[in-house]
Amino acid sequence: MKSERVAAIVGVAESDLGETPGKTVLQLQAQAAKAALEDAGLTKDDVDAVFTAGNWAWSPTMMLAEYLGIRPRFTDGTNIGGSSFEAHVGHAAAGIRAGLFEVALVTYGSTQRSDRSRRRPPASPQLTAQYELPYGLPTPVGAYALAAMRHMHQYGTTSEQLAEIAVATRKWAMLNEKAMMREPITIEDVLRSRWIAEPLHLLDCCLVTDGGGAVVIASARKAPLAAKPPVWVLGHGETHTHNTIVNMPDLTVTGARESGRRAFEMAGVTHDELDVVEIYDSFTITVLLTLEALGFCEPGEGGAFVSGQRTAPGGDFPMNTNGGGLSYCHPGMYGIFLLIEAVRQLRGECGPRQVPGARLALVHGTGGVLSSTATVILGRD
Amino acid sequence: MPNPWPKPEVDGDSRPFWEGLNQGELRIQRCEDCERHIFYPRSICPHCFSDRVRWVLASGRGRIYSYTVVHRAQGPFAEEAPYVVAIVELEEGVRMMSRIVGPREEVAVEKPVRVVFTRVDDELILPFFEVLKEG
Ligand SMILES: [Zn+2]
Repeated sequence: MKSERVAAIVGVAESDLGETPGKTVLQLQAQAAKAALEDAGLTKDDVDAVFTAGNWAWSPTMMLAEYLGIRPRFTDGTNIGGSSFEAHVGHAAAGIRAGLFEVALVTYGSTQRSDRSRRRPPASPQLTAQYELPYGLPTPVGAYALAAMRHMHQYGTTSEQLAEIAVATRKWAMLNEKAMMREPITIEDVLRSRWIAEPLHLLDCCLVTDGGGAVVIASARKAPLAAKPPVWVLGHGETHTHNTIVNMPDLTVTGARESGRRAFEMAGVTHDELDVVEIYDSFTITVLLTLEALGFCEPGEGGAFVSGQRTAPGGDFPMNTNGGGLSYCHPGMYGIFLLIEAVRQLRGECGPRQVPGARLALVHGTGGVLSSTATVILGRD
Repeated sequence: MPNPWPKPEVDGDSRPFWEGLNQGELRIQRCEDCERHIFYPRSICPHCFSDRVRWVLASGRGRIYSYTVVHRAQGPFAEEAPYVVAIVELEEGVRMMSRIVGPREEVAVEKPVRVVFTRVDDELILPFFEVLKEG
């Protein structure tokens, strides 16, 4: 590993997860932020940069920082969907490298399950949305279904192969007491679950939950003051390739090809050095496309790659070890939970689902309709 | 039941497209500098950044780049499911979202299609597509 140790994740926490009636998005984020700072052994007054993403306020960082009593010297409300938080980690590392601040707080919160606030087409779609919303594609699942159908046509990928991902992820969830869905499922169960948008079944789709999370990132100067060993941000990359699904250049290739390549280059590590990967799983097809685009296998080989429960506990490719968005939690934008799990794995805090001796992790977020990607590579000393 | 179709908010980019549909025309744009076609409509070419873009008539023929059968629809479309939404690639090389009408068993990726101007209610005509018969 050639990468410098400039910034490290020193604190992580979730808020209450699942169904949190009566809680607001600010309460969930405050709960997670307090717990993450306690995990780090730092205080609110150490925080000099804030990052959040959401559509619950005109300016989410301003509302959140005011609520928490923080006057940051650096603020970043970048919202590129579910991958926003991987991008925030990259931005925080860049800001720390530039000497602009020393301790960043990244938060997320959603009450979408309690609100049942799943997005609906607005009455009058505006700007570039007007060319798509009148056709009634359910968002986001319909877009992912279009990608899955194209991948099946082009490469012969099967529903059984997609189901392998859902089944393996559920096995990890069974080892995580915080996971929402912990009953075992089989490939047959996935294939027999009802259609949502062909070729995706109900069990190909992520959960709809409430929940929040927080991540604390510190400079190399501050990190040794933290309570736990630092998890270094070794590499990061981000991109977005399109906004709406019709404008995705190739429905089988995500921006992970670019964001992943840059993250690997910056970290100076190779695929086979990784011990654990946490990959955004809004849908089973999201994972399959991402594995290909990140270069874990060739284009079209994702189905074979995940077959035989290779990504399940005990398999040779430990992936989505908390149970993922498919079985653990998925409050709208899931990316922060990937980071939380990777840090816990690298600290050896994961109990029955611990990947033994994990030192190097890849975290990959996907946002919008396969629109944005952000990749982070993390390592411990 | 209230009118289910979300009405596009017609603007300075989109007006010729929506007005064309009312006259049975599928209008797209073409860049006068790099000569590539453009959809959705915009004021600048996303390929070469030229602002010399003009409206042209599309042939209305293309192929299915991908499709999905929607079973669980949201909001105003909930009553209609199942229906087929597709990305159609026109002969001119641009893609657009649409629906495929006609027999479900004929729908497949790469099948040739042609436009069918479909009045979905009093105010809105949409360019749907149907699968072309072979031969
Ligand atoms: Zn041009």
